[in-house]
Order: sequence, then C-alpha cells, then structure tokens
Amino acid sequence: MLTIKNLHAEVEGKKILKGINLEINKGEMHAIMGPNGSGKSSLASVLAGRDNYTVTEGEVWFNGKNLLDLSPEDRAREGVFLAFQYPVEIPGVSNLNFLKTALNEIRAYKGLPALEAREFLKLTKEKQQLVDFHSNLMNRSLNEGFSGGEKKRNEIFQLAMLDPQLAILDETDSGLDIDALRIVSSGVNKLRDAEKSFVVITHYQRLLEYIIPDFVHVLYNGRIIKTGTKELALELEERGYDWLKEELHLKESV
Amino acid sequence: MINSNEIIDDIANKEYEFGFTTDIEMDIAPPGLNEDIIRFISAKKNEPEWLLEWRLKGFAAFKKMEFPKWQHFEMPALDLQAVSYYAAPRKKKQLNSLDEVDPELLATFEKLGIPLNEQKALTGVAVDAVFDSVSVATTFKGKLKEMGVIFCSFGEAVQEHPELVKKYLGSVVPHTDNVFAALNSAVFSDGSFVYIPKGVRCPMELSTYFRINAQNTGQFERTLIIADDNSYVSYLEGCTAPMRDENQLHAAVVELVALEHAEIKYSTVQNWYPGDKDGKGGIYNFVTKRGICKGAASKISWTQVETGSAITWKYPSVILQGDHSEGEFYSVAVVRNKQIADTGTKIHHIGKGTKSRIISKGISAGHGDNSYRGLVSVGPRADNARNFTQCDSLLIGNQCGSHTFPYIESRNKSAMIEHEATTSKIGEDQIFYLNQRGIDSEKAVALIVNGYVKEVLNQLPMEFAVEAQKLLSITLEGSVG
Repeated sequence: MLTIKNLHAEVEGKKILKGINLEINKGEMHAIMGPNGSGKSSLASVLAGRDNYTVTEGEVWFNGKNLLDLSPEDRAREGVFLAFQYPVEIPGVSNLNFLKTALNEIRAYKGLPALEAREFLKLTKEKQQLVDFHSNLMNRSLNEGFSGGEKKRNEIFQLAMLDPQLAILDETDSGLDIDALRIVSSGVNKLRDAEKSFVVITHYQRLLEYIIPDFVHVLYNGRIIKTGTKELALELEERGYDWLKEELHLKESV
Repeated sequence: MINSNEIIDDIANKEYEFGFTTDIEMDIAPPGLNEDIIRFISAKKNEPEWLLEWRLKGFAAFKKMEFPKWQHFEMPALDLQAVSYYAAPRKKKQLNSLDEVDPELLATFEKLGIPLNEQKALTGVAVDAVFDSVSVATTFKGKLKEMGVIFCSFGEAVQEHPELVKKYLGSVVPHTDNVFAALNSAVFSDGSFVYIPKGVRCPMELSTYFRINAQNTGQFERTLIIADDNSYVSYLEGCTAPMRDENQLHAAVVELVALEHAEIKYSTVQNWYPGDKDGKGGIYNFVTKRGICKGAASKISWTQVETGSAITWKYPSVILQGDHSEGEFYSVAVVRNKQIADTGTKIHHIGKGTKSRIISKGISAGHGDNSYRGLVSVGPRADNARNFTQCDSLLIGNQCGSHTFPYIESRNKSAMIEHEATTSKIGEDQIFYLNQRGIDSEKAVALIVNGYVKEVLNQLPMEFAVEAQKLLSITLEGSVG
C-alpha cells in the first residue's frame, strides 16, 4: 500500500531524512521508534506534505500513486491521515462543522454525494461511541480549550470518522496519562482491520503494550537502522538506543 | 506543491466581481461645488424653499470646515471641484410602476442579485434601489402602505411627507456635525426614507441597494429612519460599484430615530469597489451614521460587514438618551491588498440604566490596514449604565496592520464598562491541519474566517447572513500566509 524508497528530505537546508526505505502492506501496524531528533516526526510531516519540508531524493508510492506529487489535501483525500502531535485550535469553528466539511470534501473527491444531515449525525454517534469520545466536545470549537488528552482523543475520533487507509499517529501518546492512553489505544485497536494500515510514531514502549505492532523500526539520524518485531521495542526499553548506535558505527567503519 | 504564500496572494488578488458598468442615458451635472449646483439639485428635485435653505446652511458650514487629522491613515487628496454632484438615469416621464423602469436598470440589479420584480423578489424583503444618486425603484410599496409603513426614496418623502422630513432631518446628524456630513447636507441627491407608525412591527425586511455607476460622480445619499413608539423595523443596505482607476467619494449620512419602546435594526453589507491590488482606484467610503434612542426602553442595533472600498471611515453610533435604552454595534471589517479601514462606534450613555454592547471583528490581509476606533461615554445622569466591548483582530499574512483605539469616558461612578481585545493570526499550522483533513486552503481560510465572525453574522437577517458569508469567502480567497 505504501512504499517509501530512499527518501531524503531537508528543512531549511538541514538534511533530516537521509534515505528511508519502508514497505507497508494492508492491515499492518508499524511502530517507528527512535531517540529525539532522529527524524520520526519529520517523516510524518513529509508523508502528509507539510510545506516547509523539501524532498531532495527518493520516492513515495501510495496505492500506485506518487504521493509526493499530490497536495496535502489530495493526500488526505486519497486516504492518508495524520494524527497530529500538537493538534491546532480553531476558534468559532465547531468540531461538528469541521468534520462535516472534511468528510464531504473527501467524499466529493471520490465522486460520492455529500452525506445528509441525518446520516452524518448517525455516523457521528456511532464513531463517538466506538472511540469513547465525549459528545459535549462535539459542538465546541475545534480543540479550543480542550485538554491535552481531549485533543488527542479528538484526533482518534477524526480518524474513526474519516476512515483513512493509512493512519500515521505522531506521538499520540505524548502528554497522556495512563487512563487517556488506555482509551486512545483501545480506540485505535477497534479501528484496526484488514484494510487499514497504521504507522505509530512513539518514544516509549509503553504505548506498544496496548497497541501491538507487527513491525518495529528504529529511526536514527534520518535512517531506519533496525527493523524487528514487538520484541525489539522491549529490548529498546531495556537497553536504550546506545547499543544500536554502536552497532551502526561499527558497521559503517568496516 | 503550491506554496501557501501563493495561495494568499491569489486570494488577495482575486478580482472584484461587481465591476461592470451599465450603459444608460444619464443626466449628469457638470463637475464643481458651488451654490449654483446646490440650487440646481434642489430645483431638479422640486424641493421646498426650507430644504434649499438647509442645504445652503450646510454648504456654509462646509466651507468653514477642514478635513480631520486624527485618523489612522493618510488623508487622500480630494478634489471636490472635480466631482459631479448630480447624476441620474434619464427619466422620460414619471414612473407609475416597476414595469416602467428602464430594462437596462432592472437588468443591472438583476445581475447584482437584487431582483426588483416583486414576483421574483426575495419574499419578505422590500427593496429601494438607488442608482448613482437617485432612487429608481421601490418594491412592495403597496403592501407596506396598508400597514402605514412609509418606505420610499428621500426625494419622494420630501414631496409626500414634508412634515416628517422637516421634523427629523438633521436632528441626529446636524449639518454642522463634520465636514463630510456638511458636504452631504449641501449636495445630497436622494436616499431612502422610512417611517414606522406607532405599534407597527414592519412585516418585512426593508432594504436599500446602492449602486454607483457614473464616472467622476460622488454618491451622497441620505437615509432617515423613524420608528415611532412601540414599533420595530429591520433595515439592510448593500452597495457595489464598477471598477474604475480613479477614486470616487461616497459620503452618505444615515440618521435613525427610535421613539419609546421602538427598535431599529440596521444592517450593512458594504462591498464598494476596493481598488486594484496596487491600491489604484476604489471608493472612499466616508459615511456618518448615527442613531438616537430618544424614547425610554428603545433599542438601536448596527450590524456591518465591510469588505469593500479603498478606505472605509465610519463610526455608526448610538445616543442612548431614553432611560433603559439599548445600543449595539456588531462589525466585521475586512481589508486586503492596500485597503484601509478606520471604523468603530461611539456609544453615548445619557439616560439611566442604559446598556450597550460592541463586538468588533477586524480581518487584515495583504497590505491592508485595519483600525478599530471606539468611544464609550457615560454621562453624569446615566446611573447603572453598562457597556461590554469586545474587539478582536485576525491577521492573515505578515504585511498587514491592525490597530485598536478604544476611548472610555465615564462621569458616573455606578457605570460598569468592560473591554476585551484579542489579536490572532491564521497560522500555516491551522491551514495545514485542515489540508490534512482533506480541506483545501481556500476553504480552510473561509472556514476559519467564518468561525471568527460567526457572532456578528448571526445578527444579520438569514438571507443576508448567507450572502455575507459568501462575500467573505470570495473576498479572502487566496489570503493565506
């Protein structure tokens, strides 16, 4: 579904990604871990098409389409969803109105008619229950005055509503207490199915106790330096990243 | 990929939609400002002697006055001698019905989305259409007449209801008020007149649509609305003009009088030609609007959506004379390219227990410069007067300007005056967030802006709120930065 080949990117002239290769198939859950500044969030931003990143080399294919050729909104319409690390606040725009606009834009792109009010509300209710999202947050302005946990839960609720093919969760666990973490993870788990793929970016193994990944990748200095299964995450938790860095330096010096 | 600055530029450079001209036979007075032209206008309109006297007093006052210097923009050079003070579509004879209006004119208003044909008109809205300086048609007159509501052109009111005009003309905005009001008093050519009799709730929205068409003319209309005891009226004005390279002056005066327990709701959707992206051309919208809550427990509410004009300079104000009377001012002012707005309100609390509420939302894009200027004054008799002011600015891009000049003068210790102000910026982060949910940048800006101005648009009558929303989206297309 997603193929990343030798992806290089820079921001303000600084090289951030230095040759990422990654293959994600339908229904897979990939975790990307790595120390601070290794390029995890940058990878998410580049995939979503954030303006200030420049791709200097490499390719990204999504369902047979060259993702890098598409505008950020078209990537979203094609089915790439980014759960933001820091969701923005938009005063005066109700959560509901925002979601309706987003949903209908995506539907229009796919040649589907706009959802009628009744169908939309039905869908809203259903997804709200699925991911345990408070209905009193629905009519409030988008993320305005939401707690950190509420914002993250709203991201998962939007993910449920927009039903993308590929969901990238950028440090969704950061700033969550253990209860919120549980609710968010359980939401994600309910959304997992054979058609949908996930990329979960995280610092901590903690999240992966709740969301069990099929693959764990370690990103370091703009490259994936190791790939394993969920056991790799446990090993990282225990030993940190230094042994991997050493391994890498050893390899490079040979 | 499209850079968001380009999108902003696109929006900022979006062309004006109503810039066409209408080719029609016109009576146009030669340019120049002098007593002769004032006599000419007065004679053209077959006015009584007292009105001519009043005009001449206005002209005398005007000659002694100078242009103000306190505004937050450089006063453009105005050559008032180069302006023609009278332009009117040539009438073959007195019109008896709408069917006799020049089809070219009807087509113009149709094109603007203002059908003057009563069958086609928005239900529940009566329209007075003012083309250049002259009222060309008023719809639903008959229906309104049954209820005693007078809604006609100013000129007609002078002929048909001279006692009302004489009593109230200049009673809220005297001919000596300010230089533009004095000029207007001298040369005003037409406008709208409304009288709502005692106890009548006007059954439909009243609306005046102003269109400047002729070149090198000024538009100086005068609107007078009187709501007698226990009456209610909602009034709306809209305006557009062709695209021209030179600036045109629009110096209108609006006077509102609310008697006991009466309520007047006055809404403006102003979309005069704003000039091109380099600031060439555009309307100077220098307008004096003021209402008086004369009677106890009366209410006047101004709502304005200002998106057009090269310079918008006006402070729709309320004098709260009657005890427990109420004044409101809701405003959205948008500037982009090189537009300037210096707008706000003045609320004078005179009576006891008077209340006021000011909600101002400024939006600045491109190289636009937006100032809110407001005065809340509380007199010694105004026990327990209350005011709430909220003044917000939204910036799009980083080359625009936004300023706030609030003045508070209280001479009564029991008064409660609150003022809140915020400044925010449409961030690239917000746009990207919405992009990532499948919403393109233009729609994203529209969504953010409409959220921001919702509180004000909610005050507009339904049909116009939708219009205003669309207008804002069009106005701001491509302003993201």
